[in-house]
Amino acid sequence: MSCWQTIQDYALRSLGIGERLLPREDFTLCQQITLIGSGLIWNVYFAVAALALGFGLAVALAVGKASRNRLARKLADWFILLFRGSPLFIQFFFAYFAFLSLKGQTALADPLTAAWLGATIILFCNTAAYTGEIFYGALRAIPRGDMEAAAAYGLTGWTRFRRITFPTMLRLAWPAYTNEAIFLFHATTLVFFSGFPAWQQRGDALYYASYFADKTFNPFVPYPILAGYFILLTLCIVLLFSRASKRLNRHLPRESQRRLRLRPNFMR
Amino acid sequence: MFPNCADPVSLDGLAWLACYLTTGKHLAFYASFGTVLLLLAITAPVALAFGFGGAMAARARFWPVKLLGRTYISIVRGVPDIAFFLFFVIALDQGVEWLRHQAVCPDWAQAIRQGSEFLVCPAAKTPSNNAPQWAHEVYGFAIAVFTFAIVFGAFAANVLFGAMMAVPKGQLETAAAYGMSRAQTFRRIIVPQMWIYALPGLSNLWMVLIKATPLLFLLGIEDVVYWARELGGTKTPNFTDYPHGDWRMWYFLALLIFYLILTRVSEVVLDRIMARLSIGQAVAQ
Repeated sequence: MSCWQTIQDYALRSLGIGERLLPREDFTLCQQITLIGSGLIWNVYFAVAALALGFGLAVALAVGKASRNRLARKLADWFILLFRGSPLFIQFFFAYFAFLSLKGQTALADPLTAAWLGATIILFCNTAAYTGEIFYGALRAIPRGDMEAAAAYGLTGWTRFRRITFPTMLRLAWPAYTNEAIFLFHATTLVFFSGFPAWQQRGDALYYASYFADKTFNPFVPYPILAGYFILLTLCIVLLFSRASKRLNRHLPRESQRRLRLRPNFMR
Repeated sequence: MFPNCADPVSLDGLAWLACYLTTGKHLAFYASFGTVLLLLAITAPVALAFGFGGAMAARARFWPVKLLGRTYISIVRGVPDIAFFLFFVIALDQGVEWLRHQAVCPDWAQAIRQGSEFLVCPAAKTPSNNAPQWAHEVYGFAIAVFTFAIVFGAFAANVLFGAMMAVPKGQLETAAAYGMSRAQTFRRIIVPQMWIYALPGLSNLWMVLIKATPLLFLLGIEDVVYWARELGGTKTPNFTDYPHGDWRMWYFLALLIFYLILTRVSEVVLDRIMARLSIGQAVAQ
């Protein structure tokens, strides 16, 4: 079987398109690269969905945590504590079994036990909590002068938030937010190892990598392939976020545009 | 446990629960929390040592060592750590067996890798096939600790490397003015002063380490996650004296609370230490 044939068969295997059976013997390098790359679709999907949805909630959480309203503050505090204080791995397990016990009761809960929805919800809450904490820190670091200038211009309420507070917060939080995006992307590999079943063996990159490692009993091929893919995509994230950072800081003089420094939050 | 637990079928309510929660398997479940704490207690210093080595290597003037140190630090950051966990468990196991194979049976004719088999001579099997059960468990746990130490050592190296760089330049210049060599400066000036800069990063790392402990499950250790899945699953009267439905959700809720308490307590303690160490230091709060 030629490599081109393999790519046709397995490039979209993680979505259920193409050859139904996974390779069982005589594993070629081409098969491993194609299948692990195919699994990467899931990782990208989880990361993009969670980050895109989580951003809104994160801003709400940060504003809530910084607000003078006691109820809003407590709610945001507890949400952030719950999702930052416990391991993502345990959150996945708990959520999966909770969804499983809901499943019999209402038809609405049925898709929750599938990874595409259930795991995305947990990742969404998780990244919202971590990002909310980052944004809260940035909110408190906004220079007092900026707010005073806004007041002098007669900006209040929503207009002030939209024109001054929010852009400044985003600008200050951006380096930390970049790290959050990277480590959320890495955390997506936990999904199929934590209860959520890979239906019809449609799994993520790590799922296929560990499949090959188990079958060939040789970890020295699939895991380096996986590592290569992840390093490549991590670089893409860094590139994308530094583009955005340039745009956010475009009004500042060149020297004071701080270089994006990566301070890892590592893992949940 | 209790004398009245002899006939569980006749019990109900709290008495049943008390008996249920003190079965032998539940005691093993409680003991596995000890496994988690033991892992934390062993891994933290070992990872710190790895990190110190990594940071020193990254600062070295001899470029191959420097390259090695920098690669060690950066590669772990680019790749999901769970991939490292899955990788190192097999790789370390095979590495140990391969080394022992080379040492114990040098005139073994067959290839070690045959298709999808990894075959070493019987004498090199680690732990050997007739070893007692505890030897297998200790060996598995040791490999898990080593894996954690490698991964978290890289993170710690990153933190310590930054902290070494953060020691004020004036201090180093003064040391040079006193005629100290590079090694002396490192020993007498940098190492004592870097901890205050390293502490925020290290305490973050400690929290991350706590939250990484459930991954022990993936390394094949009978840890809290293993027991929660095992005990929570549906039990029918045929196999146990205490039949119940699917309770895994509640077991994992208990784990969630355990970890929340653990991280909360750590946070409070670390804040205290930070406040203690910051007294009299010229660093911004």
